[in-house]
Amino acid sequence: MKNLAKTNNPYSDEKVFDACSIFGMMNLKGERFSAKDPIRAMANMHDRGNGLGGGFAAYGIYPEYKDDYVFQIMFLDKEAKKKTARLISECFNIVNEEEMPTQEANVTDPPLMWRFFVQPKESKMENQSPDDFVMEKVTRINTETGKAFVFSSGKNMGVFKGVGFPEDVAEYFCLEEYEGYLWTGHGRFPTNTQGWWGGAHPFSMLDWTVVHNGEISSYGINKRYLEMFGYNCTMQTDTEVMAYAFDLLMRRQNLPIEIVSKILAPPLWSEIKTMTPENELALRALRQTYGSLLMNGPFTIIVAHESEMIGLTDRIKLRPLTAATKDDMLFLSSEEAAIRLVSPMLDKVWSPRGGEPVIGRLETPVAEATA
Amino acid sequence: MKSYVQPEYLIERDNDRCIRCKVCVNQCSYETHYYDEEDDVLCSRNENCVNCQRCATFCPTQAIAIRKNPNTYRPNANWTQEVLTGIKKQAETGGVVLTGMGCDKPNLTYWDRLLINASQVTNPSIDPLREPMELRTYIGSKPDSLKLTTSKTGDITLETKLAPQLRLETPIMFSAMSYGSVSLNVHKSLARAASEYGTYYNTGEGGLEKSLYKYGKNVIVQVASGRFGVHPDYLDAGAAVEIKIGQGAKPGIGGHLPGEKVSAEISKTRMIPMGTDALSPAPQHDIYSIEDLRQLIYALKEATDYTKPVFVKIAAVHNAAAIASGIVRAGADAVVLDGVRGGTGAAPRITRDNVGIPIEMALAAVDQRLRDEGIRNKASVIAAGGIKSSADVLKAIALGADACYIATAALVSLGCTVCQKCYTGKCPWGIATTDLWLTKRINPDIGVKRLVGLLRGWSLEIMEMMGGMGINAIESVRGNRLVLRGVGLTDKELEVLGVRMVGE
Repeated sequence: MKNLAKTNNPYSDEKVFDACSIFGMMNLKGERFSAKDPIRAMANMHDRGNGLGGGFAAYGIYPEYKDDYVFQIMFLDKEAKKKTARLISECFNIVNEEEMPTQEANVTDPPLMWRFFVQPKESKMENQSPDDFVMEKVTRINTETGKAFVFSSGKNMGVFKGVGFPEDVAEYFCLEEYEGYLWTGHGRFPTNTQGWWGGAHPFSMLDWTVVHNGEISSYGINKRYLEMFGYNCTMQTDTEVMAYAFDLLMRRQNLPIEIVSKILAPPLWSEIKTMTPENELALRALRQTYGSLLMNGPFTIIVAHESEMIGLTDRIKLRPLTAATKDDMLFLSSEEAAIRLVSPMLDKVWSPRGGEPVIGRLETPVAEATA
Repeated sequence: MKSYVQPEYLIERDNDRCIRCKVCVNQCSYETHYYDEEDDVLCSRNENCVNCQRCATFCPTQAIAIRKNPNTYRPNANWTQEVLTGIKKQAETGGVVLTGMGCDKPNLTYWDRLLINASQVTNPSIDPLREPMELRTYIGSKPDSLKLTTSKTGDITLETKLAPQLRLETPIMFSAMSYGSVSLNVHKSLARAASEYGTYYNTGEGGLEKSLYKYGKNVIVQVASGRFGVHPDYLDAGAAVEIKIGQGAKPGIGGHLPGEKVSAEISKTRMIPMGTDALSPAPQHDIYSIEDLRQLIYALKEATDYTKPVFVKIAAVHNAAAIASGIVRAGADAVVLDGVRGGTGAAPRITRDNVGIPIEMALAAVDQRLRDEGIRNKASVIAAGGIKSSADVLKAIALGADACYIATAALVSLGCTVCQKCYTGKCPWGIATTDLWLTKRINPDIGVKRLVGLLRGWSLEIMEMMGGMGINAIESVRGNRLVLRGVGLTDKELEVLGVRMVGE
C-alpha cells in the first residue's frame, strides 16, 4: 500500500536533522513564469540532497480559483480519503476537487494525493477569522486521522513535495505545466530518517511556506517556548519550529520581518552597545523578551507568503545564502552557480551578512543587505 | 559527666619536621594545639579538632597530618558511627544537634547523573576563544510580546515599557549570607567581586553595612522574617529586593544569631541592641497566605517606586511547583528555589538532612509548571543550593533556570573547607565568625581576587561547553533540556526532569 504510514521520525530521535539545498525565485511585479528555471536550478544542486526529499512551493498557480483555499492532501488509504472528504464537506463549500495530476517519475512510494478548492462555511465559523478556521481544521485532519496529511492549505498557491530528488518530484507532479510569480525549492539530506512524503520541505500552513537548511541547536527551548503559545510541535523538525515562530511573530503579533529577523538572529550584545540609544533600548528589549526564540546554530531559510519572499541566515552565517537580482527577478540560493545557470547575466549578486534578511515584496523595490 | 564521644580526628605531628614556630597554636581557634614549654614540644587536644585544615595549611614545614580516628564501633549498616555518636552527644547535651553548611549525604544529588551534549558533524561547534560567546542574562519579568515601531530609516522604537531588570554578565550570583553569620570582610569581598564582574551579591537577612552602600548597584537586599536592618535607605540602596520565605538547609524553620555574635557593628546594621539574640521567626508573621505575600511584594514595590525587581525565595519542598506558580501570580519578578543541599550558618542536623527536595527536581518541576500555565515569562527562576561547579550551573540553566546563586562555592574560594562548624562562631578561616581576631584572616583585597577568579573560571568553562554544543548565547541553553541526557535514573526521575536517557 502507499507509504504514508512511515513517520517523520522513525527512531524517535529528539528531532530530525536536515541538510540541503534551497532556492527561491520571485518576480517582484507579480508576473508569472514556468517552473522550468526553478527546477533546473534545484537539479544543479543535486549533490546537496540525497534523494530522501524534494519539493517546491509555488505562488499564483491557481488564478482561476484565486479566492479559494486549496487543500492538497496525502492519504494512506481510501478510507482516510472518505473520512477527510466528509469532514471537509461538513465545514467547507467545495468548489472543486480532483486527484493531483501526476506522471511516472523516479520517486519512492507516492501516496494517493488529492486537492480540494474550498470556501469555509460561514455557519461553522465561531467568531474566527477564515484563516484561523482553516488552520484549526487542517490541524484536526493532520492529527485526528493519522492517515491523512494536508501538506498545502493557502490560496492561489501550492506545495508539491515527496521522497525523491527535487527534479524527480517536479517531474512526478508535472510541475513544468504550472506558472507562478514566486517559486521556492528544497532538496533534502536527512541524516536520520528514511524519509516520508509529508516530511519533505516546503513546510506549510495557510499560504506560509518555509524551506530550511540547517540544524537548530536551540530547538529544545524554541519548542518549549512555542508550546506556551499553544503550538504543538508534532513533526519534530527544526523547520516546523521555524514555521511556528513566523506564525507567532508575524501573523499573531504583527511584527514586520525586519524585527522578526532581529529576534531569530539577533545582533551580538557588543553590536547592540554601539547603536543609537533608541535602537539599543529596542534591541535589548527584543533579546530580553524573545531570547527563547533566538535560533542558535546554523540555518538558512527562505520563507514565503502571498506577497513576500524572505531569505535569512543565522547570526554568524554558518550556512550559505546568495542573493541576486536581474530586472524584476529576485533570486535566493544556497549556491550562486544555480542562479547563474538560469540567469547568467545578473544586475547584482551579493552574499547577505549573517542575520540580515533579504526581503522581496511584490511591487516594491528589494531591500538589499546593507553590507 | 564523662563524655562517651571519642575525638573524630587525630592529629599526627612529625616532631622532626616541627620547628616549634607555634603557627598551629595561633591559627587554631578551637585551642587544639598547645606548646609544652618544659619538654619543648607541641601537643594536641584531639577532641577539639574539627578538621578544618587551617593548621596543616599554614604549618611551614608540613609537620601536621590530620587523620580520621581509626577507632570505630562495631560496623553496622543501620547503627552507623554517625548515628551512635549523634545519640551520645544528644544524651549528654539534651539539645538539638546543630550543624553548618549543606547536607553531606551522597544520595540527594542529580547533577552528576546528567550529561551535556556536544556538536559533531551536523552543526559546527564554536571556539569561544576566537568567536563571540554570550553569557549576559537579564533577571526580571518579561512581557509575552512587544510593541515596536520602525521608521523608514530602519530605526526601531520600543513602545512597551519593560519591568525592571538586573543585568548579569555571567549567570552566577552570590547567594544570601547574612552579616553576622559571616564577617564584614566576607561581605566586602563579595560586594566588590560582584561589582567588578558585573553580577550581584545578596545581603542575607542581616542588613547592609553602611560602608557597602556604594556597591548598591550590585547588591540584592534581603527582607526576611526578622526584618533586621530593613529601612527605606536599605531598600533604596539595593538593585533588587528579595523576600526570604525559606532556605534549603532548613525549610520551615527560622534562625537564631546568638547574642555573643551581636557585636557593636552588627547591632548597628541589624538595628537591635548589642548582645541580644537575633531571632528570625519561622514564618514571616505578616505572611500566612499567598495573598499576604502579594501585599508584601507590592508594599516593597511601592516603597521602591517600581524601580527594582522583587524576588521571592523559597526552600525547595514537595509542592514547590504550585507554590512557585502562586508566587509568580502574586507579582514576584523572580522566584528563587533553594534545594535540600543548600548551605547554612546553623541548622538542626536532622532538618538539614531530611527536609526538602533536591534543587534539580524542584527546578524542573517549577519551570515546567510555569510553562504549562503560560506564565514562565512573567518571572525569572533562580536555582540555589548545592551548585558546586560550572557544569552544575549549565545543567541548571538547561533545566530551566535563568541564573544560579552560589554561596558555599564562594566561601570555599575564600578558604572555607566545609568543616560544617559554622555555628560555633569560631571559624578558623575567618569566614563564619564575627570575632575580630579571626575576621582579619580574610583580606578583602585578596578575597575579591579569589572570588573574581572563581567567577571567571566558571564562566570560561560554561563558554567552552556552550561552544562545544554550537550555541553562542546562554538564552539558547536556558530551558533547553534536549542538551541534557540522564544516566542511572529511573523512568520517573527522567520524566520529572524532562530529560531523555543517554543513548536515546
